[in-house]
Amino acid sequence: MKIFVCIKQVPGVSEVRIDPQTNSLVREGIPSITNPFDKNAIELALIIKKNHDAEVIAISMGPPQAEEVLREALAMGVDQAFLLSDRAFAGADTLATSYTLALAIKKLLKGSKDKTNYLVIVGAQAIDGDTGQVGPELAEELNIPQITYVQKFELKEGKILVERIFRTEEIVIIETRMPALISVLKEINTPRNPTMSGVVNAYKKEIKVLNAEELKPDIRKVGRHGSKTEVWKIFVPERKGDQIIFKGTNEEVVKELCKKLKNDKIL
Amino acid sequence: MGLFINDELCTGCGSCTESCPFVGIELIDNKAVITESCNFCGACLDVCPVDAILIERKEFEKEIIDLSEYRGVWVIAEHYKNIIHPVTFQLLGKGGELAKELEVNLSLVILGANFDERLEEFSLYGPDEILYIKSPILKHYYSDLYVKALTELINEKKPEVILIGATPTGRDFAPRIAKRLNAGLTADCTGLEIDQTTRNLLQTRPTFGGTLMATIRTPNSRPQMATVRPGIFISPEKSKGKTRIRKIDFNFKEKDLVTKIISVVEREKNSENLEDAEIIVSGGRGVGSKENFKIIEALAEVLGAELGGSRVTVELGWLDQDRQIGQTGKTVSPRLYIACGISGAIQHLVGIQNAEIIVAINKDRNAPIFNVAHYGIVGDLGEIVPLLTEVLKRELNQE
Amino acid sequence: MDFTLNEQQKMLRKITREFAEEYMAPVAEESDQNSKLDEKVFQKVKDMNYFGTCIPEEYGGAGLHDDTISFSIVTEEIGRVDASWGITTGVHCSVCAYPIYKFGTEDQKQRFLIDLAKGNKVGAFCLTEANAGSDAGGVQLSAEKDGDEWILNGSKIFATNGGIAKSLLIVAKSGEKGSRKELTIFIVDADTPGYSVGVKEDKIGVRASDTSELVFQDVRVPHENILGNVGEGFRLAMKILDYGRISIAAQCVGLGQACLEASIKYANERIQFGQPIGRFQGIQWKISDMACAVESGRLLTYKAAHLCDIGMDYGLASSMAKLVASEAAMKAAHSAVQIHGGYGLMKAYAVERYFRDAKVGEIYEGTSEIQRMVIANRLLRKGANIL
Repeated sequence: MKIFVCIKQVPGVSEVRIDPQTNSLVREGIPSITNPFDKNAIELALIIKKNHDAEVIAISMGPPQAEEVLREALAMGVDQAFLLSDRAFAGADTLATSYTLALAIKKLLKGSKDKTNYLVIVGAQAIDGDTGQVGPELAEELNIPQITYVQKFELKEGKILVERIFRTEEIVIIETRMPALISVLKEINTPRNPTMSGVVNAYKKEIKVLNAEELKPDIRKVGRHGSKTEVWKIFVPERKGDQIIFKGTNEEVVKELCKKLKNDKIL
Repeated sequence: MGLFINDELCTGCGSCTESCPFVGIELIDNKAVITESCNFCGACLDVCPVDAILIERKEFEKEIIDLSEYRGVWVIAEHYKNIIHPVTFQLLGKGGELAKELEVNLSLVILGANFDERLEEFSLYGPDEILYIKSPILKHYYSDLYVKALTELINEKKPEVILIGATPTGRDFAPRIAKRLNAGLTADCTGLEIDQTTRNLLQTRPTFGGTLMATIRTPNSRPQMATVRPGIFISPEKSKGKTRIRKIDFNFKEKDLVTKIISVVEREKNSENLEDAEIIVSGGRGVGSKENFKIIEALAEVLGAELGGSRVTVELGWLDQDRQIGQTGKTVSPRLYIACGISGAIQHLVGIQNAEIIVAINKDRNAPIFNVAHYGIVGDLGEIVPLLTEVLKRELNQE
Repeated sequence: MDFTLNEQQKMLRKITREFAEEYMAPVAEESDQNSKLDEKVFQKVKDMNYFGTCIPEEYGGAGLHDDTISFSIVTEEIGRVDASWGITTGVHCSVCAYPIYKFGTEDQKQRFLIDLAKGNKVGAFCLTEANAGSDAGGVQLSAEKDGDEWILNGSKIFATNGGIAKSLLIVAKSGEKGSRKELTIFIVDADTPGYSVGVKEDKIGVRASDTSELVFQDVRVPHENILGNVGEGFRLAMKILDYGRISIAAQCVGLGQACLEASIKYANERIQFGQPIGRFQGIQWKISDMACAVESGRLLTYKAAHLCDIGMDYGLASSMAKLVASEAAMKAAHSAVQIHGGYGLMKAYAVERYFRDAKVGEIYEGTSEIQRMVIANRLLRKGANIL
């Protein structure tokens, strides 16, 4: 069977800060990392590979530097890695991204014996966009069932059994069959560290770049053209409250505080 | 369509590169150059001092959809065990406002098995119409059923705005519907507005973990879909009005389901995880004694918050090690952090710098904590904290 | 001349840094207090192949035997988080495992190298004795030939990894040529009867790294365990130390880097007199000096590593690297504590450990004084243009 893991290179979000003086993003020295949820996805794929006869293929859509995350995936132990990169793919929203990823998966499945014997594993969401939409949209493109927000996974005799979070208090146990798409939460596993030998071997492998010529997309469905959502404005959120010290009697200050917190939608 | 730089005007000042959140523009040989990562957000345009940047938002070869065919605001209900998720009512509140501005109807769409008796109750929340898709199979949430039923209904009725709660359920089916309809979807919105001239829905949401806000629109597709963060909008006051109720029988066979629900389990309450806590109430040396921590705990309980403490409270044995916040303890990023009797030494502050709102209660006006707190009360926490607990108890019970 | 790292080197740095911060950092303080490396971390270090960094894959290593810059980077990143670990893996790899790879017979590689590379056994290199420190020629541990075996008698002190090592390179006096001692290096298995570990030293710094006395009482070692040839001990020891110095230098660079990072962070956060102390020149100069010294040490280390990889003579370069990097680390640690003021003395801040850990760098694997002699002698003999 084949396991496709779609991964994304994102900025190390916890380091992203707004410079209070210029009100713009401080981008110096912010490392690019593999989206943390995607590491959980890779780990799941590698665990399944250990127990079943599976080939793990990592795919990422991005600019040339996204190769780094694919190298890291190879260093963790995936078998093959593909980079989908082309000017035409740039500026894509989740709709266009999922279309492009689907094209690559379809291409890699073409003529393969695993045409219906495959899994697609993705992270629940990317920490920069935070949408969590690419997974379901990709499943729709491939016309396969999806199970999102999975925290436990089991594959036995072709049957997939997962635990999916439902509301904060409930988990649903769902069964389905391959081919299917799973999106995973951090709780599902602890991703392995790439070992040094892993790194050395990763650089001996080739990361194939699939561009527009290779994928032959409908040009209206990729990149900017294929995107239905458009970023209208980017702004820095108002810094809530500006060091207000309440004055008055105990009752008054407590009341003021509650009022402000309600206003800030914290309560 | 694209972003263009007029090389002759460009002075290589770099203001554009500083303003770009996406590494979409770079300086090469002292001239600005657009890269593949450009997201066309236009932030650079706004800051260029010589107006050397131009965006062309011309569409090319896009299908012309007659947007005017699409009218109406829909809210898709979420429920479990016949309990409606609060976000549904919150969306009826906001949806109602949007519908009013657009001068269209607000519809509540419910997929379920036995809501017949409750429809009248839902109508009190203001929808002009309730579309009730009925089937015994819809007792549970099934991804494929929701997607199938809703896309058919949407294609038939053509709403212009669809609001869905940004819950694991909503965020599961909404994108698949969007893809099936080739419509734009914005996730986890915290702000919704109408652009009067175009009837476009302006959807605001946090990105980069909340560091930056983005306003999104979908000018060339309908319906405009948004999943909305629970707890942002407010349910409307109940009132009697005219609501048209339409029941739709949904024919779907169990054997056609692509996934099977084996069982549903109650989740164990997550053991204290300070790092994930949304609200934290913390105590420091000013609390005075282990006994006195009870008043801090009471406040935490009323807020549903986790309990934390500065290093000294752990060293003095008032709190367990895993409650320690700060340089040698945990780093937390709650929406609300209430520091009681904590002076604000830098070792503690580094653990809370990512908190959205910091409230400080301390009797020392000069305590450094007041330099980083958004809201402060100078006073005896022994009096303030119990009072705050009482007031909050009252306020929150009113909800 | 390309001063940038290639992609593979950058990734090695990244994963080692992440690994060290995730697993070594949380227990560094505790390990230091207990004078013992954490066992769980030990297993993880083994899994990551850090015991076989500079050994080829065919012997179970990570395959960086011909990429000493990568080896330096890895050691640097480990040393940045925990000097004790930096020394443990650094010494194990560079002066025990690597010499067996470079100078050992195929039989010796099969018997010893594979276990060392995989971390199944820890290695050590033992030269120092009570009467032989800087004066390496003063070695007294004797090796007497008896048929096809040699009998070792004597003791070694201050052996890094001594107490936990299972395979050790022992420099012994195997004979005399006039007034000159003849030295031979033996690979000794710790399970050999007559071998025992003596006192484990309680040190000021790198406390979690094991430093022990080793006692040899009629320890019988087969002739096949001689590294190189009889009488070649001194020459080989010098070569082994040449390579070892690169890894020590790298570990010192890592420590210096840690001091620099801590100082910058504190200087930006600590407010006194209404502003971050980083605005004051006194602090700025310290940081600047620290950075220049550490970076100099780093560049010298990479140069020595590079010369080693292209097969050129790198003894002078590695000596300079070790001298500069170790003194840079000590200075950096000293400044770091000073910048932290009172907090620099407190265990809650890592800089006090950096200060204690830095000192060893100026002493072991050839004291700074010896390095200066080595460097000067070379230059005086061959002229400045050999640089």
